[in-house]
Amino acid sequence: MAATHTHGAHHEHADHGHHDQEGLKMFGFWLFLITDVIMFATLFATYVVLRNNTAGGPTGEELFNIPIVIASTFILLTSSFTSGLAVLSMQQGRLKGLIGWLAVTAVLGAAFIGLELYEFVHMVHEGATLQTSAFLSAFFTLVGAHGLHVTIGLVWMIGLMLQLRRRGITPVTERKVNVLSLYWHFLDAVWIFLFTVVYLMGVM
Amino acid sequence: MDTIKQFASEFFVTGDPLILGAQVSIGLTMVAIVFVLSYFRKWGWLWREWLTTVDHKRIGIMYVICSILMLFRGGVDALLMRTQLALPGMEFLHADHYNQIFTTHGVIMILFMAMPLMFGLFNIVIPLQIGARDVAFPFLNSLSFWLFFWGAMLFNMSFVIGGSPDAGWLAYPPLSGLEGSPGVGQNFYIWGIQISGIGSLMTGINFIVTILKMRAPGMGLMKMPMFTWSTLASCLTIILAFPILTITLFLLFMDRYFGAHFFTLDAGGNPMMYINLIWMWGHPEVYIVILPAFGIFSEIVSTFAKKTLFGYKSMVFALMSISIASFFTWAHHFFTMGSGANVNAFFAVTTMIIAIPTGVKIFNWLFTMYRGRIKFTTPMMWTISFIPCFVVGGMTGVMLSVAPADFQFHNSYFLIAHFHQVLIGGVAFGFFAGLTYWWPKMFGFKLHEGLGKWAFWLWNIGFYVCFMPQYFLGLDGMTRRMYTYDFDMGWGPLNLVSTVGGFLMGIGFLFQVWQIAHSIKFMQKDTTGDPWDGRTLEWSIPSPAPLYNFATVPTVSETDDWWATKQRRAAGVPDAPAPALEPIHMPKHSGIPFVMSFFWFVAGFGFVFDWLHFVIPGLAGVAICMLVRSFQYDTDYYIPVDEVRRTEAALRGGKA
Ligand code: HEM
Ligand SMILES: [Cu+2]
Repeated sequence: MAATHTHGAHHEHADHGHHDQEGLKMFGFWLFLITDVIMFATLFATYVVLRNNTAGGPTGEELFNIPIVIASTFILLTSSFTSGLAVLSMQQGRLKGLIGWLAVTAVLGAAFIGLELYEFVHMVHEGATLQTSAFLSAFFTLVGAHGLHVTIGLVWMIGLMLQLRRRGITPVTERKVNVLSLYWHFLDAVWIFLFTVVYLMGVM
Repeated sequence: MDTIKQFASEFFVTGDPLILGAQVSIGLTMVAIVFVLSYFRKWGWLWREWLTTVDHKRIGIMYVICSILMLFRGGVDALLMRTQLALPGMEFLHADHYNQIFTTHGVIMILFMAMPLMFGLFNIVIPLQIGARDVAFPFLNSLSFWLFFWGAMLFNMSFVIGGSPDAGWLAYPPLSGLEGSPGVGQNFYIWGIQISGIGSLMTGINFIVTILKMRAPGMGLMKMPMFTWSTLASCLTIILAFPILTITLFLLFMDRYFGAHFFTLDAGGNPMMYINLIWMWGHPEVYIVILPAFGIFSEIVSTFAKKTLFGYKSMVFALMSISIASFFTWAHHFFTMGSGANVNAFFAVTTMIIAIPTGVKIFNWLFTMYRGRIKFTTPMMWTISFIPCFVVGGMTGVMLSVAPADFQFHNSYFLIAHFHQVLIGGVAFGFFAGLTYWWPKMFGFKLHEGLGKWAFWLWNIGFYVCFMPQYFLGLDGMTRRMYTYDFDMGWGPLNLVSTVGGFLMGIGFLFQVWQIAHSIKFMQKDTTGDPWDGRTLEWSIPSPAPLYNFATVPTVSETDDWWATKQRRAAGVPDAPAPALEPIHMPKHSGIPFVMSFFWFVAGFGFVFDWLHFVIPGLAGVAICMLVRSFQYDTDYYIPVDEVRRTEAALRGGKA
């Protein structure tokens, strides 16, 4: 075998091949987020290139309903905050608080999706569809990709609440909550960019 | 009855004797497989030992097997093309068939041959080389493999069902758009690559975490073996490049399926956008596959020259700078498409800069060999032959990167010769070298050296005979993707020579198959675990490695730690006493990756034909699999000390 030297106490853990599984998963999730950032960056780049290619169809300025978008922004920001409160409850070991705040977060997330769907349906009714112009293709795809992420987050959150009810706060569920909340904050950050690049710059 | 007939004639590709032959042989093979498995009652074994395994070594072996099969398919494609081009005015393949074949050949060779061979080697080697018992995410690892597998299946099906893609391996719109390619071929392209691409992305994440977090105690970053470094560089490039591919294909899908206008010619679409995006992935992709080959050559050179690798730090630096620089060169693939002089100049210069770290590496390998006691084993011969091949390929690459000159070379046979020189001479030879080198670690016996040398010479000679003439054909004006040419052009003789070279490589491949078959039959078991007198940790354990790799996790103190240990032993220094055995933590097998990837395949197939009755169950199956997995908590177990002791005793021939 390889040479053995006296080790300090600090890596007893790694010594026997029992790696900190939850830590590894957390790190893996950060890397996943990097890949997701690049995916969104690609979508943003496409949008920016195509945003003026309206091909005679409606422009962002004509379509965007800023009050609704501001409302959804507030809802999503608040949900990010409540997901933070969920993590806080978890750290204090309060299972009820944790599940409760997750539920509030989920409701807010669902409201956000509801508003987004309303906006999309409205636009389609006005004849502004994915097929109308390159600008609208890019718009629906970019905003829709974010919405899809939020929807997946919702399903995930509900699943996690069931698991928490059954198993309580354990190292595994704790890591899962941390990962989910990281994901949720990330979606919030993406939305801020979306709000700025798509909506604000669209009506300016 | 008539509707069924009509459906069948549209669904299955008909009317071409070559394809009919393939259909019949595919059908017969499938029947044969089912028969053999049932006759020998092997279904349970297949499921338990392979389809549900999360053991990185077995996953690695499955990658290797698939990639050899794909090398065969891609190689047959290549020879069909070369046959068609052998003489002027040949009427062997039709124009549209030729288009399909160069497209599938390119995709298969890069995505379904080179990538899985590389992932196979990662899987087999990396944990062993860094003294780990597993990869960071074994479940995800299995999922990555099965996504690759089912993605590749989907892509390959296009050949006999529905029709193959024919818009080139990067599928430029508007040719690949709905109007340019109305059939289903392009849909197969999108979903085959998309599904396997998600797998590649996850492999990238998995190995980064494995390498950064699971190294044996004492193995600092600057003590990692060079193959591990190159894997890290490649995986970092994967996680930065593959997301771009995912989105690009997704947008193409939106155009084709939902009538969006990202890349169309009307309603404001911008095809040039696609070409930029696909090359932002495509260029790094070629470095993704070549970097591990560089790592393999480094290991082999120092093993068979019996010397420490010259310039370890500069090698690491070169690997890392190549993987970063690869992101700033993509536009050299379309100098001729009107980007303007400044843009072209920028990309010409960044491209040329990559030659510097590459040159550094070449000198490092040469200096490592200098005054070494070189042993000419097959892995070493592949390595040595790679150097001149890569130097020429690199120089013609620099020629291509001179933007004004590229207006002459662009899309000519000169380019074909250049990229095959780096892809075959660098990537394929590198992976062959690695496969031969690590074969005993995988299976516990060496491959037959004599047959390996035959394969080596046939491939090498065939390579030069095939591709050197193509440089001249390119300069003479022969363009790529041309299915035939006139006698008057005077390209006949060189093309004939080139075809002969192609067939020599084909025979080389047959020798490799023979080599494997022969070695399986007449193998001599390797009892040492260290048949090449290696330097790194993987050679310190028995071959094939036990399920848990290391009975006790090693502690590392030097760069080539196993070599240092052997030196110490030779000098009479006793080994430090091995720590006591402990129960070993292992992941449980799982069928979810296989099932979930199969549902992806079903969904992909549905998207290809626009059949919602496949898409919906497929996607629902994927979602259910994910939820089931999320609700599983009991996913691992411990191997008791007794069992470890028994295994070790058996593997080390009685001495515990
Ligand atoms: C085994 C020997 C091989 C031969 C004889 C061969 C031959 C060919 C031929 C004849 C073409 C089409 C040229 C044209 O008409 O445009 C081609 C294209 C191509 N080959 Fe190979 N090839 C070989 C191996 C490989 C390998 C190992 C790779 C990658 C790892 C590869 C990647 C490609 C790519 C990407 C294309 C371009 C396809 C396109 O134009 O869309 N080839 N090859
Ligand atoms: Cu390139």
